[in-house]
Amino acid sequence: MSDNTKKMTIIVTKGTLDWAYPPFILGTTAAAMGAEVTMFFTFYGLGLLKKELDLKVSPLGNAAMEMPMAGGHMKMPNLVGMLPGVTNMASSMMKGMIKKKGVASIPELRELAIEADIRIVACQMTIDLFEYDTKDMIDGIELGGAATYMEAAFEADINLYI
Amino acid sequence: MADVTLDAKGLNCPLPILKAKKALKDVPVGGTLEILSTDPGSVADFESFCKTTGHELVETGEDGGAYRFLIKKN
Repeated sequence: MSDNTKKMTIIVTKGTLDWAYPPFILGTTAAAMGAEVTMFFTFYGLGLLKKELDLKVSPLGNAAMEMPMAGGHMKMPNLVGMLPGVTNMASSMMKGMIKKKGVASIPELRELAIEADIRIVACQMTIDLFEYDTKDMIDGIELGGAATYMEAAFEADINLYI
Repeated sequence: MADVTLDAKGLNCPLPILKAKKALKDVPVGGTLEILSTDPGSVADFESFCKTTGHELVETGEDGGAYRFLIKKN
């Protein structure tokens, strides 16, 4: 890579179905536009590196979440959002919309990220903290800590925290 | 006639861009890639993609919600 190659890093901290999108969309697109991309997965973002993904989105505490419904939009009060089964229902609805609207799935975007040679770093501290096993995670990931991330961030043109 | 045609109809952001980037690998330098899309966001996105990557956006067309882009690989 020449010195004028643009570099970007993203800290991925969230692992829900909705929040998994911004880092993977921006990471893969930056790579497609010629950038060298590092994604650092920490805390709940680390779950996005599991081999088997079953991501959920919850209306609970998600005050701005609206779902298209019968020509309008439906919000869900927390009182309803906390009921058993509502998270699963909202997750299935969103997955259905994702498919119908031609939006890529997260496993698909993750595969494209790997194909695009995005550097994927898993936070060692989070692995220890939450007792994750790297055997349950996809191949080709690196383990690292804050200094590993900072080294990449100091050299990058864009650093995002999502 | 373009060297390679990519049918990205029905796909949403960022897939048209990601697939175009892949398809460009099969286009010789100086050759052209034609992209068909139904994503209205791809109009602005292909402009930005070309501006950043140095490829040339030769044509942009729209016909009843279907978009056509012609990119020359530099």
